[in-house]
Amino acid sequence: MAAKSRKKRTTEIFALGNEAVVEGALLAGCTFYAGYPITPSTEIAEEMSARLPRLRGGVFIQMEDEIAGLGAVIGASLAGRKAMTATSGPGFSLMQEHIGYACITEVPLVLVNVMRTGPSTGMPTSPAQGDVQQARWGTHGDHPIIVLSAGDVQECLHMTVTAFNFAEKYRTPVILLLDEVTAHTREKITLPDPDDTYVFSRLTPSMPPEWYLPYEDNMRGVSPMPPLGSGYRYHVTGLIHDDHGYPTSNPREVEQLMQRLFRKIDQFFYDIQMVDEIMCEDAEICVIAYGCVARAAELAVQQARERGEKAGLLKLKTLFPFPRPAVEKMIRKCPTLIVPEMNMGQMSREIKRVNNGQSKIHTLNRVDGQIITPGQILSRILKG
Amino acid sequence: MAKVTQLIHNYLRHSKRFPHVFCPGCGHGIVLGSLIRSVHSLGLAKDDVVLVAGIGCSGRIPVYVDFNSVHTTHGRALTFATGIKMANPRLTVIVIMGDGDALSIGGNHLIHAARRNIGLAALVLNNHIYGMTGGQSSCTTPLGSYSTTTPFGQLEEEFDISRVAKVCGSSFVARTTVMQARHMDKMISTAITHPGFGMVEIISPCHTQFGRKNRFKTSVDMYRWLQKKSVSLDKFQELPPEKRKDAVVTGIFEQKDCIGLEEKHARMRRELRGET
Repeated sequence: MAAKSRKKRTTEIFALGNEAVVEGALLAGCTFYAGYPITPSTEIAEEMSARLPRLRGGVFIQMEDEIAGLGAVIGASLAGRKAMTATSGPGFSLMQEHIGYACITEVPLVLVNVMRTGPSTGMPTSPAQGDVQQARWGTHGDHPIIVLSAGDVQECLHMTVTAFNFAEKYRTPVILLLDEVTAHTREKITLPDPDDTYVFSRLTPSMPPEWYLPYEDNMRGVSPMPPLGSGYRYHVTGLIHDDHGYPTSNPREVEQLMQRLFRKIDQFFYDIQMVDEIMCEDAEICVIAYGCVARAAELAVQQARERGEKAGLLKLKTLFPFPRPAVEKMIRKCPTLIVPEMNMGQMSREIKRVNNGQSKIHTLNRVDGQIITPGQILSRILKG
Repeated sequence: MAKVTQLIHNYLRHSKRFPHVFCPGCGHGIVLGSLIRSVHSLGLAKDDVVLVAGIGCSGRIPVYVDFNSVHTTHGRALTFATGIKMANPRLTVIVIMGDGDALSIGGNHLIHAARRNIGLAALVLNNHIYGMTGGQSSCTTPLGSYSTTTPFGQLEEEFDISRVAKVCGSSFVARTTVMQARHMDKMISTAITHPGFGMVEIISPCHTQFGRKNRFKTSVDMYRWLQKKSVSLDKFQELPPEKRKDAVVTGIFEQKDCIGLEEKHARMRRELRGET
């Protein structure tokens, strides 16, 4: 007998990329936002300030700067909330120290960086993709991190939900990179039925408090995380710590912590790696792109197909950990790859690194604050 | 064991390896003792207390006590505490900072936490120096005194921490010293129970770094000097102006009725949701 069909509660709305981020965050169970206004990310803060106080326990707080914004988010996450902040280039630079803190203390949070042209104040607010390597390596010291990207408004929503899920699952900060174009594009999107949306919330400990180890080196590499004030009193510190959270400089314990931090991301690589292969089955020339450029590339690939070129698009949704297996597959398949991006080659250097001289890699860089057009990518494809 | 020592042992973490990091003659241990006595006298459950600290010697205090403890980044303790308090107003959040922590690198956060009047108790342990990094001058190093980065004497004026907090809107501001343990107990307890932002500046001498550079032969000399210099607010107002110059004034500088930001938020939420 067929299951009783339930009426789907989907809604269609006309939204900005930034607004879709808010929809995604609320869908994922976010109840805390702290941040500092900076264009082109401000709509996220504005929307949150109107929506969160209407939720039970929902908190929006505008802090004195971006450093304070991320600090408050970490505090709220320690207190058990799903928390996020959003910013853009200069603010992202200010947040770097606290990203490192969240990595070492394993605090789940989502940070949306709407990329604008830099460096420094740069060109407010023209689009760019110049913060890709900063998102990976911006904070000091070795650390694992998850960096995601979104290329259209619907994807902004889905990737925000995914970002929260990854953050909660792996107890790590997750950075969602948008660009000004995606954030400020308004288009029709579908709000999914909350019952059909996969939402993961962090595991909390169930053992007696005296057995609990906040930084245990277990199989998953991730310990359950109790909210502050729930009976599990433990120490949180940015110092290298042992499994109790107490500071240590014992080489064995230091090594164990660092290895586990990397392992907890590495061993779930295939859960985290997200790419879209578009017209890639028989492709001979492959475009690898992410963010709004991937959208232009999709049209360019279609047009190239119409002209008889066997072109394909590998769209990267996870930027870090770098989706090496997916890229290597295209390298083996296609003698020519094109990497268009709105920077001087931040992702193409990763692709060249894994390519190791096997295929020809052409970069297509644009750094004048304008988007890369489908026409530009098409003519590069046709050049071969 | 003396009763008070027994009491303190009830609050220390027995899983944490001792000894602690504080030098002989440091005032920070006295502050920790006072903090424990205050929490105990208020009858707060260990689970409900969160200690948030910054970086430096004072930042090492929370690890020894069996509360929820968060050792944050340099100068930003108040931002973490703001997040914790807003996320769970039921918790008693006590922030421990040093002078460089609270007023130099974290000055922006202190003035805004005071302005916001969020329900935190902030203890600023003022030792007039950067102790942990080896005795560099801080924004509270007195004019003319020596440090490893002011070998020819400090040229800059010092911050009056309590005055800064007061003018920025903090609704409870007090100064005390580690020489007045009972007064300190009272000030810390009051700051904890105060509904808005309560700041207590605690003068805690650093003999290892400040004393060594400024001709205090022993830490006892430093404590004597501090005792001689400290004067209560009432007595200070009676002093002739020429004697006021170097005094360390202790007492309550500000105490006003208020509601904390977290409570205002809760009221706004209830109103928006139609719950009264």
